[in-house]
Amino acid sequence: MSVLLIAEHNNKEIRPFTLNAITAASQIDSDLHVIVAGNSCEDVAKAVSSIPLVKKVLHVDAAHYENFLPENFALLIVKISENYSHIISSANTFGKNLMPRVAALLDTSQVSDIIKVISPDTFIRPIYAGNAFATVKSNDSKKCVTVRPTSFEPAATSGGSATVEKIDGAEESNISKFIKREEVKSDRPELGTARIVISGGRGMQSGDNFKLITAIADKLNAAIGASRAAVDAGYITNDHQVGQTGKVVVPDLYIAVGISGAIQHLAGMKESKVIVAINKDGEAPIFSVADYGLEADLFEALPQFLEELNKLNTIQK
Amino acid sequence: MKILVAVKRVIDYNVQVRVKEDGTGVVTDNVKMSTNPPDDNAVEEAVKIKESGKAKEIVAVTVGEEKAQETVRKALAVGADRGIHIKVDGIIEPLAVSKILQKIVEKEKPDLVFMGKQAIDDDCNQTGQMLSALLNWPQATFASKIEFKENKLEIVREVDEGLETIEVNVPAVVTCDLRLNEPRYASLPNIMKAKKKPIEQINASDLGVDTKQRIEQIKVEEPPKRKAGIKVANVAELVQKLKNEAKVI
Repeated sequence: MSVLLIAEHNNKEIRPFTLNAITAASQIDSDLHVIVAGNSCEDVAKAVSSIPLVKKVLHVDAAHYENFLPENFALLIVKISENYSHIISSANTFGKNLMPRVAALLDTSQVSDIIKVISPDTFIRPIYAGNAFATVKSNDSKKCVTVRPTSFEPAATSGGSATVEKIDGAEESNISKFIKREEVKSDRPELGTARIVISGGRGMQSGDNFKLITAIADKLNAAIGASRAAVDAGYITNDHQVGQTGKVVVPDLYIAVGISGAIQHLAGMKESKVIVAINKDGEAPIFSVADYGLEADLFEALPQFLEELNKLNTIQK
Repeated sequence: MKILVAVKRVIDYNVQVRVKEDGTGVVTDNVKMSTNPPDDNAVEEAVKIKESGKAKEIVAVTVGEEKAQETVRKALAVGADRGIHIKVDGIIEPLAVSKILQKIVEKEKPDLVFMGKQAIDDDCNQTGQMLSALLNWPQATFASKIEFKENKLEIVREVDEGLETIEVNVPAVVTCDLRLNEPRYASLPNIMKAKKKPIEQINASDLGVDTKQRIEQIKVEEPPKRKAGIKVANVAELVQKLKNEAKVI
């Protein structure tokens, strides 16, 4: 049977984590269909059809799908689920919000946040903030799976020519209403997909001091992250939070500044390829995962770091 | 208005979890257990709503083994009025928990159900969404702000892109983010008073819910360990290492 992937998009463009989820879905079964539901989202459907791993695109346009309310989306997914063995989405806030609603309506026990596909029914997923990996086998006839995007490479986006089938939506639930979305606009790379991430913690002491981080992020073309403590203290907005209940990042280089390294923060970044920790407390747990630790006062180290970077003229973009 | 708050007993968030040598799970013997952190936020929010005069009664419910009652007792000590403990042993999946909670909702008829957005043990992030689906109620997940607007709720949700505001009909299920509020500590007199508040015990098997595991846990293992890193003496050395050794800048 085919597998169905739910695309996340903004009615104009596909969201990048959908590409990682497509890779995972194609490892479960190569007969991969993608549903693109939204309002006037034909450009997205077209873009998805050119992804070589995708065999078929189901395109649904209706006003009540414009803002991806799970009450409406779940009814749609359930309606078309009959011919699919697996329903799959990314395990970011989009998929986390939607998939359990679908799973409950299908009477399926969902497998959340997989990091590896062993076979079509067996997966590896992290538990306890990534302090343990569980290998689990789903015995439900129809499986609902969410995919940790950073554990799979993004699928190629050109060269394919899947058919696009326009299908009807399901009814509108009318029990919830979208009001607004406050997106933080930035020219920086997205936190989830950036090659370099520099994060600040409670040690930054104020939101204003994050300018020290921003200057380095500008220089390295890095995304800016933060610990929960920094977000809670109001130094920076929630979309920057890295950790068990925030975002999981796996950049080539992760620079943790003034972050002690609570278990919950490590859960979001310890798979990074190279980790740098800058902290004045030499005993801070962040040093236990750092490839390069610098025990120093960040208010001295960060300006020096920028200065040293300015001396290099080969920064990779 | 009546609010049902679901709480879960988990390994305390400060404990460094260890995997059992036989690969069957993680070590829980002699390990400190606590209420799942965002469930504390769910209880706090319900208590604040009651204090504002908008709710009359708060019922705290948990699903789990005998000791799971401790989490209900803690909720009672910070302001819940009475408790329900659904007794069940062994691993119970979010789908089964939602079906149990559905039975409790049908019996108690609350206007709102609050719980944490995610349990920090299995990290599933499913129960609230599943419960709202089974009840055909709206869901407001990852809530960092809750406001009453006549007979509806306006909820600010923390999402990847920033913040999203939605309006949901009541009854509704709300899953709470850690930033929703600052959970209070129970005072000693309130802890003593909570001992007198009733906790109803119900066996899961008496609710007619199938709690059989649908997902087999084949093995649990330690994640690969990072190899030990080094300390650098100064910023100049750090930058040299990043450029010439790690080759990441």
